[in-house]
Amino acid sequence: MSTTINRQAHRLAEALERGLHVVRFTPSGGLHAAITVNRPRHEVYRFWRDLENLPRFMAHVESVVTVPGGGSHWRVRGPANRIIEWDAEITRDREDELISWRSLGGAATRHRGSVRFTDAPGGRGTEVRVEMEYRTPGGRAGLVVARLFGEHPEQQVRDDLRRFKQVMETGEVARSAGSPEGPRAWRQFFQHKAQPAEHARRPAQHASR
Amino acid sequence: MKANCWMGRNKVEVLDVPEPGILNPRDAVVRVTSTAICGSDLHLYDGYIPTMRKGDVLGHEFMGEVVEVGPGVANLRPGDRVVVPFPIACGACLACEHGMYSLCENSNPNAGLAEKMMGHSPAGIFGYSHMLGGYPGGQAQYARVPFADIGPIKIDDDLPDEKVLFLSDILPTGWMGAEMCDIKPGDVIAVWGAGPVGQFAAAAALQLGAEQVVSIDRFPYRLEIAGRAGALTLNYEEVDVLDALRDITAGRGPDACIDAVGMEAHYPVAAVQAYDRAKQAARLETDRPHALREAIMACRNGGIVSVIGVYGGFVDKFPMGSFMNRSLTMRTGQCHVQRYMKPLLDRIREGFDPSFVITHHMRLEDAPRAFEMFKNKEHYCNKVVLSPW
Repeated sequence: MSTTINRQAHRLAEALERGLHVVRFTPSGGLHAAITVNRPRHEVYRFWRDLENLPRFMAHVESVVTVPGGGSHWRVRGPANRIIEWDAEITRDREDELISWRSLGGAATRHRGSVRFTDAPGGRGTEVRVEMEYRTPGGRAGLVVARLFGEHPEQQVRDDLRRFKQVMETGEVARSAGSPEGPRAWRQFFQHKAQPAEHARRPAQHASR
Repeated sequence: MKANCWMGRNKVEVLDVPEPGILNPRDAVVRVTSTAICGSDLHLYDGYIPTMRKGDVLGHEFMGEVVEVGPGVANLRPGDRVVVPFPIACGACLACEHGMYSLCENSNPNAGLAEKMMGHSPAGIFGYSHMLGGYPGGQAQYARVPFADIGPIKIDDDLPDEKVLFLSDILPTGWMGAEMCDIKPGDVIAVWGAGPVGQFAAAAALQLGAEQVVSIDRFPYRLEIAGRAGALTLNYEEVDVLDALRDITAGRGPDACIDAVGMEAHYPVAAVQAYDRAKQAARLETDRPHALREAIMACRNGGIVSVIGVYGGFVDKFPMGSFMNRSLTMRTGQCHVQRYMKPLLDRIREGFDPSFVITHHMRLEDAPRAFEMFKNKEHYCNKVVLSPW
């Protein structure tokens, strides 16, 4: 009974949240995020389908190398700067609509996900919805993946999607002195503040240029 | 280079900081020739805007000469003289396409922070907290300008800095405040706050056809400037504002009310001021919204409340009953500056001279003194322009 109610609530929330950046995280290891990109659906799909583009906006991903037949090799920067690698395969690929993938091999990095592309209403571009699943610690599987998303998984996936939108719409990842690393997006988690260098901390009256 | 840095509450320091460079293809670096202190900088100075960090370079009103452009900027070249709008905008997202530049969806790299505070993130702003991007500001000798192909407007002729500098913020902000009032023949417009933005709002309301503009403040020298711009003036320490406005409009109330005060309003009734001041100090509310409350109460039935004064967070004792039962409309926003620069520059070329708000020209090194003076309204300080060189 409660499942039905949950499902209804879920659907209602989803309807309310259409077009907004939305992420939900459930203890079972499900992640859910969405964003609207002001570009045609085909273009948005094509960019994502070239998996080697993904490090441009995904915080942890150092590189993705694709191999013929839908396979890919992922290098990801994990906790304590450790590089973690795994292979993945595309399980479903419907042009301009859907890409699903799953990891291959080790339980620690096992996860699967999908990204859906639909037309946003009224010429607002393309709605992009990501879903990911992994089993959380305790269930052993998905341990590394869970840690990658840290304590605020929803925020991290949302930020990835926001950078995806930036790249699609403006051709670059927005950077400030508060986040000067840009494409090396993972470093944004350890942001520098916009402050003078320590050595330069002296009153400017005595400085000359 | 020298830059004016936020060093904590009530403290700014001019420090030697690294020069900015090109980080992205659509960046430019500008050698700042003139920069100004904005009333909204005082909210930072007073410590009411969250996510400021020690050392942040302040300043969102600046202009100068382009010294370097990234490969993605085709419309600017080194040597070009530009005024830079304070909201950073990409020009490509849906908000920018609709002219809502201060709501750019791509210019705030720390949008996640802003979402926590406000639900959704507005655009990044120069020198205005990490929540709004962490972009170093323009109270410096050089500034990096992202999306330089979209924002800055070129000034080709020999108009002096002081006539065009305010295209960066306060002139368009005042103008938008008046524009949001949908002014029709016969309209009386009341403006809370006779600082530079309120003075420009009053001037704009008259230019847009208002029958009468009433400016409200407590500093005679500021009211005098608004008066010279054509407004009738009310000193709220001398008259009851609601009564006076009822008199002026024969009971109707102003057709539209502009709040050009924002989050640190002062209130003549000591108990109410103390209540908000205490809550704000205890961080139970972030803003002191007296001007907004009074603007709502004063507005005629079915009128418009136009909010251009800056609010940072949450307000208390909002007169929702008055607002709802009387069919009021509220319009708000950080100014979509890019939308107004060209038409307002044309007006300046035709003879409108916004430099009437300036009372002080100072060196960038004197920024700490200038902030203190501006905050405490010493020496009739209305608007300070700083020269970094």
